[in-house]
Amino acid sequence: MTVAASAAAVVVILSGCVPNTEASAAAVTVRSTDDTCDVSSKSAASGNVTFKVANDGTQVTEFYLLADDGLRIVGEVENIAPGASRTLTVVAQPGDYFTLCKPGMIGEGVGRAGFAVQGEKVAISGDDAEVKQEAVGLYAAFVKDQVEQLVPGVEELTAAYVANDDDTARALFPTVRAYYERIEPVAEALGDLDPRIDYRELDAVAEGLEWTGFHRIEKDLWVPASDALNSDDETPAWQDWKPSTREERQQWADRLQADVAELNDYVHGEEFQTALDDQGIAGISNGAIALLDEVATGKITGEEDWWSGTDLWDFAANVEGSKMAYSLVSDFAASTGTEGEQIIARIDEGYAALEGKLAQYGSLTNGFVTYSDLTDDDRRAFTDLINALAEPLSRLTVVVLT
Amino acid sequence: MTSPDGSPASGLTRRGMLGLLGAGGAGLVAGGVGGAAVAAAATTDAVATAAERLVYPFFGAHQGGITTPVQEHLHIAAFDMADGANRDDIQTLLQDWSYAASRMTQGLDVTSSGALGGDPQAPPDDTGEAIGTPANGLTITIGLGPTLFRADGVDRFGLAVRAPEDLVALPRFVGDDLNPRQSYGDLCIQACANDPQVAVHAIRNLTRIAFGRAAIRWSQLGFGRTSRTTSEQSTPRNLFGYKDGTANILADDTGALKQHVWVGEDDGPSWLAGGTYLVVRKIAMTIELWDRQRLAEQDRIFGRNKGEGAPLSGGDEFTPPDFAANDATGAPAIDPDSHVRLAHPSQNDGIRLLRRGYNFVDGNSEIGQLAAGLLFLSFQRSPEQFIAVQRRLAASDLMNEYVRHVGSSVWAVPPGVEDGGYIGSGLFD
Repeated sequence: MTVAASAAAVVVILSGCVPNTEASAAAVTVRSTDDTCDVSSKSAASGNVTFKVANDGTQVTEFYLLADDGLRIVGEVENIAPGASRTLTVVAQPGDYFTLCKPGMIGEGVGRAGFAVQGEKVAISGDDAEVKQEAVGLYAAFVKDQVEQLVPGVEELTAAYVANDDDTARALFPTVRAYYERIEPVAEALGDLDPRIDYRELDAVAEGLEWTGFHRIEKDLWVPASDALNSDDETPAWQDWKPSTREERQQWADRLQADVAELNDYVHGEEFQTALDDQGIAGISNGAIALLDEVATGKITGEEDWWSGTDLWDFAANVEGSKMAYSLVSDFAASTGTEGEQIIARIDEGYAALEGKLAQYGSLTNGFVTYSDLTDDDRRAFTDLINALAEPLSRLTVVVLT
Repeated sequence: MTSPDGSPASGLTRRGMLGLLGAGGAGLVAGGVGGAAVAAAATTDAVATAAERLVYPFFGAHQGGITTPVQEHLHIAAFDMADGANRDDIQTLLQDWSYAASRMTQGLDVTSSGALGGDPQAPPDDTGEAIGTPANGLTITIGLGPTLFRADGVDRFGLAVRAPEDLVALPRFVGDDLNPRQSYGDLCIQACANDPQVAVHAIRNLTRIAFGRAAIRWSQLGFGRTSRTTSEQSTPRNLFGYKDGTANILADDTGALKQHVWVGEDDGPSWLAGGTYLVVRKIAMTIELWDRQRLAEQDRIFGRNKGEGAPLSGGDEFTPPDFAANDATGAPAIDPDSHVRLAHPSQNDGIRLLRRGYNFVDGNSEIGQLAAGLLFLSFQRSPEQFIAVQRRLAASDLMNEYVRHVGSSVWAVPPGVEDGGYIGSGLFD
């Protein structure tokens, strides 16, 4: 699930759940069941496109229209009860998209299929504030989608871990984390939830917390050598630590599942929506920067996944999450005039260069090299690219707010 | 990576042009001054010392930081152009650097909105650690490395045709132990000031301006100048405890400068006339070993006495050394392999260099030794001058036992520019 260096951010605006009264565009009908997502047409003309989504399944469902990177949400409706119908209207620009249903509102969804929009680019007009609010809504949808995929991912990972199927658990560890890493600033804003889910051992010890979460599991899966040192290059790996018993594994697994469930509840709650609304698009833009800062501090040093060496997965997911947030606000920046266009051009170049460099070492789909395989020169090159991107990105918020 | 508007930049970038138009010459101080800079000047003027208040012009026939009276502190940095960078990136970078340098050398923030005057939702243009600190004699000197013109035989930026013939990587000298991460580079900035924070502020902000176009390759802090460039300045000491640079070319010796330092009209490409070449050598000193040597042995190695720096042939600091003189035992008073003899112009076909060295201490090594030494900087009309002298030193200098050359680079330093111009503009004419 890599972010393609997708073409200029396509403006597609979610107009909310507008009743399907416009006579102009014929509605595309979508039938969501427990395991299918039938879309009546594979294409539409640019402009207002309406999806009439009927839930013929037994679970609450969601419908998504995703951009060509498969990650960016350009429209969604959620909470469609069994037997109910909802309508999604978007102003769709020409381009390639994916449609997807998500019965149970958990997991990666079913019936992912291509959807093409042809025709002329549509001029966007309308109330700026409303458009910005819609961008916030799309970011919320993105976060929810990632957490919805994190929940079953963690279940799968912890099931293998508890069953002592360490090979499977090791394979799942970096890919499941990607859902979390794409939205890390959101979780980090949640007080004690991020420490429980994602703290490294030394930080937990330093703060006197019980050490739980991904990295506790990581150390069981990549048991350090008897003389290995922790990420401070000082503390013996085995100091106050030993591999978890079966019972302890069950305990860490239950705990992580509960914490991720709590995160899922939070992002689907009123409080999260209000927090995002309060920050407005500046919050999204700042989130894009925060994710790159994550890369620049934790990932580039290789301290994040000290035992597994899977830092590049986190790195790539951070970059994807950052780019996703950026893509939602880039059009606002571009619409501010020359300065905005210049900054967007620099940021686009920056992402492309960073993605190109990452691709030299693998992909989220096919896996990356172990972080220790990177030379100092490699890390330096990454640092230079992050600096090149983060400098214009750090000016994005003020441009967007202009 | 083209210029922001996609067109080949022919003059200053919009940002640079606006700034310079609003702040040319005397107007630079009176005119486009950021609020923070004014406030800073107002609060510090009353207590600032003369050294702190010093302001050297950025614009002029030669770049600052060459014959300028040597300041107390240095931060020098080398940069590599980013992958995918092109000729326009070099040009706009030199423009942006020149604009920022023209402001910072006058004690101003890096842009007119500066550290405090911008939008609170944006990171400030100026990093702010020099707020309230006067110019402190800051000079910024920009140099161009051989790889900017050609690297591994490749004309990376279409500039090979402009390459000065003399600008080639220095040869390997006997005993060199070079670390590539402390050597070479495409571009170089020497920032000298009487306050280390001011020098660091300059490099930090110029580095930030370069992000995406060029990235820092290595940098070095230096303190305690180890040479003088005016007759008013006393001769300082290096970390071996010896006076250094007694015979340096001084700023008012226009004849010597013309002969030994400034590139002449017929020396090479016309864009470099009035410029010079900078050689940078990072020389690690084995301090602990040196400190265990007898005073007489230390004197013999230098060829001068430690107290006042007089040649061992007699006299005072400024007495010319007499290399023919013998001591009471009939041996040469100044050892034939002493540093002063091997480096002296009279022993090198009259070759002279203008030196601006600095001491450095990078803390301690992993095994507890002082990671210290001398950052040797010399300006000369051609790198050949340095190469000839260094060949002799590398071959037999008694001091070699106590030093290790770990960093090396050579730079073409373009001439200065008039108000509104930018350093290196001649490259693009």
